[in-house]
Amino acid sequence: MKLLQLQRTMARAVMQPLTFTERMKRTAPDGQPMRTYAARFIKPNDRLTSFERLEIYNRQYWFRLLSSMVEDFPGLRAVLGAARFEAMSKAYITDCPSRSFTLRNLGSQLESWLHQHPRWAGNKQALALDIVKLEWAEIEAFDGKAEPPLGPEDLSANAGANLRLRLQPYIQLLSLRYPVDDLLLEIKNSSDDNEVASNAFQERRKRKRVQTVAKLKPAAIALAVHRIDNSVYFRRLEPEEFTLLNEVKQGRTLQKAVAHAFIETKIPPKELPVLVQRWFHNWAALGWFCQPETKTETSARSKNRIKEKPTGARRKRKIV
Amino acid sequence: MGTNRFNNFTEYGIGIGLRAPHYQHILSRKPVVDWFEIISENFMIDGGRPLHILDQILEQYKVVQHGVSMYFGSAEKPNRDHLRRLKELVKRTKTPWLSDHLCWGSVDGRYTHDLLPMPYTFEAAKLTAQKVREVRDYLEVPIAVENVSSYAEYHVSEMSEWEFLNEVVERADCGILLDVNNIYVSSQNHSFDPFTYVNSVPAERVAQIHIAGHSKYRKYILDTHDHPVIDPVWKLYERAIQRAGHTATLLEWDDSIPSFKEVHDEALKANRFLAATALATAV
Repeated sequence: MKLLQLQRTMARAVMQPLTFTERMKRTAPDGQPMRTYAARFIKPNDRLTSFERLEIYNRQYWFRLLSSMVEDFPGLRAVLGAARFEAMSKAYITDCPSRSFTLRNLGSQLESWLHQHPRWAGNKQALALDIVKLEWAEIEAFDGKAEPPLGPEDLSANAGANLRLRLQPYIQLLSLRYPVDDLLLEIKNSSDDNEVASNAFQERRKRKRVQTVAKLKPAAIALAVHRIDNSVYFRRLEPEEFTLLNEVKQGRTLQKAVAHAFIETKIPPKELPVLVQRWFHNWAALGWFCQPETKTETSARSKNRIKEKPTGARRKRKIV
Repeated sequence: MGTNRFNNFTEYGIGIGLRAPHYQHILSRKPVVDWFEIISENFMIDGGRPLHILDQILEQYKVVQHGVSMYFGSAEKPNRDHLRRLKELVKRTKTPWLSDHLCWGSVDGRYTHDLLPMPYTFEAAKLTAQKVREVRDYLEVPIAVENVSSYAEYHVSEMSEWEFLNEVVERADCGILLDVNNIYVSSQNHSFDPFTYVNSVPAERVAQIHIAGHSKYRKYILDTHDHPVIDPVWKLYERAIQRAGHTATLLEWDDSIPSFKEVHDEALKANRFLAATALATAV
């Protein structure tokens, strides 16, 4: 058996889901008995059959990837319940195996996958999608790139209304149907407590968490997931504030961004200048704006855009 | 011996793995440690806390990079994005050498995130060596390949594991990260004499040594890095340094991680053997 063929054969077995009792399946991916499949390429020894030796790797694969899902999506786990979350994770990993050298990216497709597979969340689908969105944004915000912050010297005196600002790449802007920021913080706090709590206390916490999830009512929120001193924070935004930041992020001029943000606003016009000024002051204080791109960077980005344009459907690559 | 072109002629003493539960202790207490080994993939990111911590560590300590997903033995080409990010990190840490495992773990772009054993064939040795050369040429830093613990063997193998290791490192002209715990684990799982392995390795290519603990099950041993080093592994370590000299040594402890002091004290037990070897050499 050639190297590539052997690696494909072994990977198919290793990545095949386990049984309910967390053992290797008796049937191989090609339909033949797994004992025969394993014996084709794995040697037995005096203690273990080929099946048993292959099973060690099969189990390690699933244990490792499932614990990574638990670590990255505690909120979704609380929403779905531990058993359903595990079943969903197995289905997700089967459909979307890792294509990155780092497990950090394992959940990168989860939101779109869950959207296409609503049966896992049932009547909690909207809540589940929101919490996945938030948990993935948290991962992106945690280790996303930070550019040097914008200083007064970076602003051209005559830019005026045509000024374009840049948001820090790590900032994630989310429009959500449920207040999942509070929910996630509650879940994380209870997990921290669990590390030192008694069984009875943990049980009470668990019940409380289930009640919190069950009681959560829809309430549209806009959120910025950002960093201060390398810790991730959630900041709720006014709807107009969210639109304005989104427009800035998309590279609109300040004038166009402000105009677009207040198209349907109910805020009295006379209050707008003070409000906008306050928002910009807060954002600047949080270091959310970064220095403008140099001419070289802008030119490189334009070239890339042109190169990528014909592919159309090409998915924007996630940070890996 | 102990310093060679595969560890960039450095004398690095005894180090431990840099792990998150110890960050606060290290940064606040600044303990004396010869060097830290980092898992490259944990820092191949764009920003945030991990890189901030790493930069603070780099200000005070020597750091060596150790990877877990280059998969020198995978039949596919190296991932370009992986290489680009790894090179950025190499520039940041100025690691004198870089190690990763003699194994495979991905196929057709799908990653198992495991260290899967190689078939010990000439075809695999040739391909693996070529990949090691490509990675070294791109990263411009000496490479050391680490022997892995394994739980399975293949029918197609044409040689022993140590013969395969020698074949690869000679073809690639690269160094060896000799993991004596992995040798012990595999020797128990595959019933071979671990000293035959240690005695067969080209000592002049050993850039670094790993020591670690493992977990024993009824029918096999798993490489879990969650226990102290056992005596038979220390014996292998002793033999390894008798042959390779005072080589940079690192204790791996990755699960159920105890206090910094406990991990460091366990690593420093290596000094007993280093001193004894030095004495024997002097006499």
